[in-house]
Amino acid sequence: MTNIKYKIQDLNLHYGAFHALKNISLDLPEKQITAFIGPSGCGKSTLLKTLNRMNDLVEGCHIDGTVTLDGEDIFDRMDVNVLRRRVGMVFQKPNPFPMSIYDNIAFGPRTHGIRSRAKLDQIVEKSLRDAAIWDEVKDRLNKSALGMSGGQQQRLCIARALAIQPEVLLMDEPTSALDPISTMKVEDLVQELKKDYTIIMVTHNMQQATRVSDKTAFFLLGEVIEFNDTADLFSMPQDQRTENYITGRFG
Amino acid sequence: MNGSIALPKEQLRVKHKAPNHQPTQQLQSWILRVLVYAAAIFTFSVLLFLIGYILIRGIPYLTPDLFSLEYTSENCSMLPSIITTVEMTLLCLVIAIPISVFTAIYLVEYAKKGNKLVGLMRLTAETLSGIPSIVYGLFGMLFFVTQLGWKLSLLSGSLTLSIMILPLIMRSTEEALLAVPDTYREASFGLGAGRLRTVFRIVLPSAMPGILAGIILAVGRIVGETAALIYTAGTATELPSSLLSSGRTLAVHMYCLSSEGLHTDQAYATAVVLLLIVLAMNTISALIARKLTKK
Repeated sequence: MTNIKYKIQDLNLHYGAFHALKNISLDLPEKQITAFIGPSGCGKSTLLKTLNRMNDLVEGCHIDGTVTLDGEDIFDRMDVNVLRRRVGMVFQKPNPFPMSIYDNIAFGPRTHGIRSRAKLDQIVEKSLRDAAIWDEVKDRLNKSALGMSGGQQQRLCIARALAIQPEVLLMDEPTSALDPISTMKVEDLVQELKKDYTIIMVTHNMQQATRVSDKTAFFLLGEVIEFNDTADLFSMPQDQRTENYITGRFG
Repeated sequence: MNGSIALPKEQLRVKHKAPNHQPTQQLQSWILRVLVYAAAIFTFSVLLFLIGYILIRGIPYLTPDLFSLEYTSENCSMLPSIITTVEMTLLCLVIAIPISVFTAIYLVEYAKKGNKLVGLMRLTAETLSGIPSIVYGLFGMLFFVTQLGWKLSLLSGSLTLSIMILPLIMRSTEEALLAVPDTYREASFGLGAGRLRTVFRIVLPSAMPGILAGIILAVGRIVGETAALIYTAGTATELPSSLLSSGRTLAVHMYCLSSEGLHTDQAYATAVVLLLIVLAMNTISALIARKLTKK
């Protein structure tokens, strides 16, 4: 029995009049990979962004229900910047800052008060190693990150997220903008990271969900239709709609 | 069968129509090309002519006399005006940049979307930038010079010009901030950085070239301004000794020389220097902008 990292209970989210998430209750296990699948607009990215409160930035967003991280309510009494320090995020499109590779990685640690050059050097190297990109960039740490390929940029963004030593890594379709080889590298990396991090990944790609995830949640129109071990969900879906989706009848 | 019949028919139609169409189209595109080239050459030659004319009329009169520290009615020295121009520009920038840049940061980064105040402030800025400079001059004279009793002075002049360039820097800063991709902000927030750090470490550096462009425009207006300054900073020829003493910038100096009609040649010489200063400033700021973006 693994620990529950995130406990989501009766979560409802409205964007203005639009009911984007409906009565979501999920228990996301620690140090496993959970995949969110479903057609576009089903709310899976919205839920992901709720987990580190990136939705706070959206006008007219209203949330009911509770989400707890290790038992602590993330909406109540938890400082949002502390939450985001504990929960790193990797976005759909690689979004490195227009600065050097080194400064990209060091941005997070510096934000949280680390100033010593030696310590930063150490964090930068470790993060880049953990993101399996150290060998490719170690000779050009002071070059702009914008000169890297898309796949490298995405692994840099993963390294940047790792540099603040989060407990959870949220990944919003991290490979949708990448070529197959870069995708494979990121998937291998995610498998590797699972040892130390709880990973929650939104994906459009069902093969990817079967390849990398331990648990899968299927979303449709703002509801969780089915949540189960990935192997079970894909081999014997309990709900007709899940079956229709994973066999490619819609979506 | 059908397809094989249709194909030659279509080809025929194209062949038949082509000879009718092509010459007119070619003629049209030729005419347009000539017009476009002519317009480009015209624009360029006007600029070239203007600069050339000023250089030819002005350079022969660029004597060492013109750069003596004291102005007399004999030497018509412009050195005091050059120094005054630099002082005036720096003063205006020191006053206007913080206010306008911070206003823009508020409008783009802090104000909620659909906030009524934002629309009102944009409207105000737009209106301000449409007002002719002589009106600013008049206002400056009535308010700073008379009402507050600061007389014709650097202070009155620079405050007046600051109001004039506020909307200019504010608008270009706003545009530059809006052009920074939201993904940078998301990434920064996602790493646990607060708004302050995000704005100052991520957004502002990315927007710097655009902000600098606005500042360069503003400097251009300050250096070239006459109407607003004659009423607020006056036309005293000596170096201003304090913020509350009057002084003339290079453009005002030129205006005085040429309107008095006694020193037209010296006015041209002054114009040469003014041109060089503007050119040098543009080059320097372009270099700074390039250096900032490279990082």
